[in-house]
Amino acid sequence: MTEKTLSRRDILKTTWAVVGGLALLELGGVTLAYMQPRLAEGDFGSLISAGKIEDFPVGSVTQVPDGRFYLARLADGGFLALYQRCTHLGCNVPWDQSQEQFICPCHSSKFSLEGELLNPPAPRPLDLFLVKIEDGMVKVDTSKPITRTKFDPSQEVYP
Amino acid sequence: MSELSENPTSFKQRIWQALAPEPLPDDDRGRMRRVMDNLVLHLHPSKVPVQTLKWTYTWGLGGLAGLLVTLLALTGVFLEMNYTPSPLQAYQDILTLRTNTWFGDLLRNIHHWSANLLVLVAILHLLRVFVTGGHRAPRAMNWIVGVLMLLLVLGANFTGYLLPWDQLAYWAITVGTSILSYIPLAGSWLSRLLLGGPEVGAATLLNFYSLHISFIPILIVMLMSLHFWRVRKDGGLTIPKKAGETEEPKIERVTTIPHLVSREAIFAVCWLAILFVWSMLVPAPLEGIANPAVSPNPAKAPWYFMGIQELLLHFHPLIGAVVIPALGLGMLALLPFYDFSMASVGVYFRSKRGQAASMLAAGLSLIIIPVWVVLDEFILDWPAWLPGWPSWISNGLAPLAVIMLGFLILAGAVKRAARLSTEELILFSFVFLLCGLLLLTITGVFFRGPGMQLYWPWNMPNH
Repeated sequence: MTEKTLSRRDILKTTWAVVGGLALLELGGVTLAYMQPRLAEGDFGSLISAGKIEDFPVGSVTQVPDGRFYLARLADGGFLALYQRCTHLGCNVPWDQSQEQFICPCHSSKFSLEGELLNPPAPRPLDLFLVKIEDGMVKVDTSKPITRTKFDPSQEVYP
Repeated sequence: MSELSENPTSFKQRIWQALAPEPLPDDDRGRMRRVMDNLVLHLHPSKVPVQTLKWTYTWGLGGLAGLLVTLLALTGVFLEMNYTPSPLQAYQDILTLRTNTWFGDLLRNIHHWSANLLVLVAILHLLRVFVTGGHRAPRAMNWIVGVLMLLLVLGANFTGYLLPWDQLAYWAITVGTSILSYIPLAGSWLSRLLLGGPEVGAATLLNFYSLHISFIPILIVMLMSLHFWRVRKDGGLTIPKKAGETEEPKIERVTTIPHLVSREAIFAVCWLAILFVWSMLVPAPLEGIANPAVSPNPAKAPWYFMGIQELLLHFHPLIGAVVIPALGLGMLALLPFYDFSMASVGVYFRSKRGQAASMLAAGLSLIIIPVWVVLDEFILDWPAWLPGWPSWISNGLAPLAVIMLGFLILAGAVKRAARLSTEELILFSFVFLLCGLLLLTITGVFFRGPGMQLYWPWNMPNH
């Protein structure tokens, strides 16, 4: 038989292949869906109240452990909430008061008070959380870190 | 018991006859039959070439890896019985295991040291197979199975690393999984999937525990079976040859019982003794309970990933942790398909010239890699030389390109000067890169102190 015809067997084979492929895809999708992160309800991830405005003097850095961030008050009085997770490989970056820098213990990335990258290997400045000022209180929305390529005064929130 | 009667009279005798092995025949035919009739021994052929029994040819590395996997499975099952994969309980369970459980500490130490030894043995086994040409056709498929098993062994080690839930575990896994997030497009999704959330936590511990005690071990056992079966299907081990020997060596075969089996038994007993004594004397490390608020200084990955962590100090993570390891792994897995000459199979390091080239590669690596590490630490400053470029180029692709160019020039010069054949050049490159990885690992483990600064090991500040 030289001419190309589609026999019943071919149709059945192709159908099986397509149906089987679809079933495998479904199975893969189901597995991935099942394995999606189970979001834990807790302090981190919600709107965190850091304290009253006057608790934070100008030029200070305060760690807020529940929210995993540092609240920095810059020289011009603006607030920045810096996610404490190093943008390089996820270590906690402590504030070194004597050098006035954030220095990562894992790979010695350094960041300024504004979170600006001073020393690689970290690829970008520290991530930010959204700061909200309500009734004289500083509140920080920790649901989503905001990435940035450099510091810009527009990122500050003023009381 | 050889005088068992045809019709055992007592109940006890009938049980004995059903279960006890028949006495070992003393003729070759009977012994060969015994190998074929026994489920475990049947992994072996009934006769083996006498040359392959030589201890200094294989070093027994594959067998040792198999022994360690068995030991890990056994000790692992017992450890599971005293362990709860929850951040509230895990660390407490380890403390109880160490102080309040009979032989708990010993069990944990054996598991820990066997796991670390397995990584080392798997790499040495791979190296032995490569330098004797055992990766080439028809054994190419088994080489790939072996590379896959190496990855699984690393995966088993890495997932097990988190389980004690101490500071060491917590931060090593934080650093290790952050590397994932640099994989283009799917990275952060993949990292969240593995961690079960934005950071290492309860979900991560449960995920890792499940992978560690079921998924990865099952895959390893399946691939191990395939690996053993392929060894026989591919015609057994490669036959050792001396450098310069042109004609194929004559193969003289001896029966597996007792020649191979007795050697294996002695080898296994010796290694078990070493492991047990070592585990009695050297406790597995355990630090304070995991504290997500404080990263220790320095925070290091498990030793087998310290080579990659050292690369991370020199390159942007996309290059250091994704591109370079992926390139290396790809070249390793595809090795049988560009290094395929059959003439030198069985000769350690291919030829006399190959042996010299390997020594040269190791020596050059020993000089060049540390010099580069120190130069890059103190003098080279790519991001400052290439301002305005994104850091994955200025601190990643650019230095990588320069290094690769440098290596190509070096390898080309060596090839011309020593008139190396293609397979000798590949050997030279392989030895150079493997020594490089080893040196980076040593640098990371022993020469990096607080802030990941370089220190002499004897001058390391306590932090």
